[in-house]
Amino acid sequence: MDLSRDWLNDYTTVTVSDKEFCDGMTMSGSKVESLSVTGAGIENVVAGRVTFMSPHPDSDHMWVCKVDVGGPHDLTIVTGAQNVSVDDMVPVALDGSKLPGGVEIRSSKLRGVMSEGMLCSLAELGLDTHDYPYAIENGIFIMREPCEPGDDIKKVLGLGDSVVEFEITNNRPDCLSVIGLAREAAATFGTEFRDRTPQVKGSGDDIRRYLTIQIDEPELCPRYTARMVKNIKIEPSPAWLRRRLRASGIRPINNIVDITNYVMQEYGQPMHAFDYSCVGGNKIVVRRAAPGESLVTLDGNARSLTPNMLVIADESKPIGVAGVMGGGNSEIVDDTRTIVFESANFNGTSIRKTAIALGMRTDASGKFEKGLDPEGTIPAVQRACELVEMLGAGDVIDGMIDVVAAPHVEKTVKLEPDKINALLGTDIDRAFMVKVLEKLGFTVTGDTIHVPSWRSDIEHYSDIAEEVARFYGYDTVESTMIRGKTSQGGWNEKQQFENRLNSLCQAMGFNEILTYSFGSKTAWDKIRLPQDSPLRQALIIQNPLGEDRSVMRTTPMPSMLEIMANNAARRNPSVRLYERAKVFHPLADSPLADEELWLVLGEYGAGADFFQLKGCVEAILKDARVQDTAFTAESGEAAFHPGRCARITAGGETIGLMGQVHPTVCQTYGLDSGSFYAQLNVAAMRAHQGPERTFTALPRFPAVSRDIALVCADQVSVAELVDTITAAGRPYLENVKFFDVYKGAPIPAGQKSVAFSLTLRAADQTLTEDHATETMNAILTALKEKNGASIR
Amino acid sequence: MEEKLRQLREASLQAIRDAGALDALDAVRVKYLGKKGELTAMLKQMGGLSAEERPKMGQLANSIREELTAALEEGKKRLSEKALEMRLAAEKEDVTIPGTPVTLGRPHPLNRVISEFSEIAIGMGFTIAEGPEVELSSYNFDKLNTAEGHPARDRQDTFYFDDDDQVLLRTQTSPVQIHVMETYPLPIRIIAPGRVYRKDEVDATHSPMFHQIEGLVIDEGITFGDLKGTLNELVHRLYGNDLKTRFRPHHFPFTEPSCEMDVECFKCHGAGCPVCKGEGWVELLGGGMVHPKVLEGCGIDTDKYSGFAFGFGSDRLAMFRFNISDLRLLFENDVRFLEQF
Repeated sequence: MDLSRDWLNDYTTVTVSDKEFCDGMTMSGSKVESLSVTGAGIENVVAGRVTFMSPHPDSDHMWVCKVDVGGPHDLTIVTGAQNVSVDDMVPVALDGSKLPGGVEIRSSKLRGVMSEGMLCSLAELGLDTHDYPYAIENGIFIMREPCEPGDDIKKVLGLGDSVVEFEITNNRPDCLSVIGLAREAAATFGTEFRDRTPQVKGSGDDIRRYLTIQIDEPELCPRYTARMVKNIKIEPSPAWLRRRLRASGIRPINNIVDITNYVMQEYGQPMHAFDYSCVGGNKIVVRRAAPGESLVTLDGNARSLTPNMLVIADESKPIGVAGVMGGGNSEIVDDTRTIVFESANFNGTSIRKTAIALGMRTDASGKFEKGLDPEGTIPAVQRACELVEMLGAGDVIDGMIDVVAAPHVEKTVKLEPDKINALLGTDIDRAFMVKVLEKLGFTVTGDTIHVPSWRSDIEHYSDIAEEVARFYGYDTVESTMIRGKTSQGGWNEKQQFENRLNSLCQAMGFNEILTYSFGSKTAWDKIRLPQDSPLRQALIIQNPLGEDRSVMRTTPMPSMLEIMANNAARRNPSVRLYERAKVFHPLADSPLADEELWLVLGEYGAGADFFQLKGCVEAILKDARVQDTAFTAESGEAAFHPGRCARITAGGETIGLMGQVHPTVCQTYGLDSGSFYAQLNVAAMRAHQGPERTFTALPRFPAVSRDIALVCADQVSVAELVDTITAAGRPYLENVKFFDVYKGAPIPAGQKSVAFSLTLRAADQTLTEDHATETMNAILTALKEKNGASIR
Repeated sequence: MEEKLRQLREASLQAIRDAGALDALDAVRVKYLGKKGELTAMLKQMGGLSAEERPKMGQLANSIREELTAALEEGKKRLSEKALEMRLAAEKEDVTIPGTPVTLGRPHPLNRVISEFSEIAIGMGFTIAEGPEVELSSYNFDKLNTAEGHPARDRQDTFYFDDDDQVLLRTQTSPVQIHVMETYPLPIRIIAPGRVYRKDEVDATHSPMFHQIEGLVIDEGITFGDLKGTLNELVHRLYGNDLKTRFRPHHFPFTEPSCEMDVECFKCHGAGCPVCKGEGWVELLGGGMVHPKVLEGCGIDTDKYSGFAFGFGSDRLAMFRFNISDLRLLFENDVRFLEQF
């Protein structure tokens, strides 16, 4: 909402500086977004009278003018324009003057003749022919405004008005008007709000002879008010009116259209004018559009209408989309003779849905959709007629048609100063509260507050508290600390578990990423997810921002691969990334999702390999005290290298997957094939979390350490060997540490050498050589028998 | 004999003093005290002396041996120290050579801001609440006093999963308020950080997915002044006590009275600059007293209890905090960006 302060002063005289005005309005609840001044950038431009003209001695199209600018002698100014004559009043940019856009004018020689300034066109002053319809676009602005040579052009053209742009919240459509803001300004600055009732003289005749109005949909149109004007003379509006519209960001068109816009801006009530000759059957019907009906709107577009849309129709056809835009078939044109002014109240939601469905949100629909004052239709139509008479635009026909389909019921709220003070934490006296309310147009009788019709937002004492607080000053309310029982803040166990994972990943050198929760179905194909995978069951957004953001992710893998690929594309040589990623699975018995948190690791580049990543995963599992974990070879996950993928289990239940990303998948994403990925289900990890660690006494007796190198068949896994060693080594084997695997000469083909370092220890004495030898023999025998492994 | 012993003493002590290294010193020891050493040889000759001379010479020789042994010990200590000094001098490093790199991972800047804020709130007695991102319209809208027909519910602003617009991606963290009020015992003091979704195309300041932190306090006698005090305290702990704040009236369907809190512009400190559009203030968060309809809808006795709620975009907070110019950087996850925090 752009407010002209000049216009505002019609209703309340606020003389404070622009800065004070903006600050004050912002702090009382009408947030100022920006401030501008009309004609800003124009400096040192004055009115001048051309007193003499002669052709330029050295040019066949330029003129040398003498111009009286009120100074001791006339200036010499060269112009190339051909529309200037002696005695014309023109805008003169003097030496050292400034024009909009930062242009500076200096005296300079034009083809040898010194020009002491410049005659200006409309465009050079930041104006166009909508502002001054009598002027021409390509030429000097020959002014018809009353002025004397030397007058400041801003004064002559009424520039210098301060325009304040407000951000009006949805609950205050009444403030989308000069009057609404004037009421706020008067309460803010303690000035007098001057309400006025428009005065219409009328010209006889009777509107009932011309028109009937019928509302078929009282819920969608509670009220429809109309007056008519005949003997219309379509012409440009006067300068003051055009100027105010311009300042408010509205383009002047002609007197009748301008009047409807002027009233909308002043009263906040959208108006429409129909050409009466186009209203078939002399009848206006407010009804739903019939199936298949269509209308060409004022903007020239054909609109297909549906029965969800409210239209203004004559006896046979729509002539306007209610509250959104009028029809081209009843548009005001230059030979319009008689008009109908519509001032109606529509259901906000219905208007909004229609505007969205038709893809045209207009000034009018933007106001209607917030829900307007049902009592506002009459003052607005009266004001329009008053302006018609003031402008001499036509003869207002006596009488008014005001169809009230659903009457407005006045709301009341009880004035409860104690409750208000308790809510605010203040000690504001009742008299102040009453004063604020009355200033805003409420009336208070006893303990009853009568809510004005334009304040549909007020329902409850807490609403009254806000009104009081706004003018008491939010900043005046004392800041206090909560007095209630102190409470113990903190993270719960689940959150602490997640926080710990976070710190752990960072300690291991992984950088955290954040990715979108939604993606594309094509991601499933990119990671080679089988067609029958349950992960292809997803929640689908019905109105997505494009296909690539339409599916709630069911696996965290594509997001990680995408980010790795983006980094690779930007030539980042190596990355280690992690994400705490939520995925969403549909639920059988609920429309909501099973929201599952995963810890995801991804890396490529220097040092990245399967066992490095596995080491990180193991460290995480150990730190998280996940019990009974195992890594088993997994060749069935199509996203992974079939020989370098492990299923991660705890207590036999899968809690994650890790491995080298399948080369085909890497290629699809544009990743190097040395890319590694792991995912751990956080809730599953927690479910297998063991008890808090307790102290184990440090060993009192020395350990014996023995290294062994075994040769066995290639397919025997290290895990199997470790299992055998562990079982056979009881009770003295304390630890088995794998340290090397080797294939190749001199080890025969199909076999490998695996080396372990064993630690033996007795709990109650120094381990004897005999016990150590016995244990080693048992281990080696078992390895031979169970795994066919012999000492190398 | 006596004379010989005295000469040997002089010569050997001199040799010890002259020894410049441990091996030379050891050679001196062997020369005099070794099995075939000169002093050893002389001791062997004692047998040939007269009974009168033997104890006298024996005493002398022994005292010389003790003296020599002590001198050798002392010389060894001196030379060891010298050798250590020389080794250390030879081992001198250029300490300006950089250390072996240790790569630490970094938290995402957004999550860093969320944890910072959470820790501050925890210190003020708040716990951390969570709620679903796929949510029912009734929680995201109806129970927050945002009735059917409210523009925020339009399909052009909110992502829906069904034809009846009953299931959606939450557009705010405020539905967590409802879950908490329905299930937690009173009094309540929570914050709820989380992801939210709105149908905005991606640009420098918009994203269809972003993050908010919600706050809710319900207790007996909670006032608007408490809201101000709590928010001031939170912001001051986050940005320092010098940061000026102001509260302006605003509108949210689920709070009344409602406010927005501005802080002095981080960039110009109130002088006015492009960041704050010349105002000197930057809007930080919205809040207000929980609307009585919302409390009643959750079965809370409004005669006894009142409360306040607040919420803000944590992405915006992170952008202010780290001077990040473009929201898209947060979701691109370029490591060169991530490593900066």
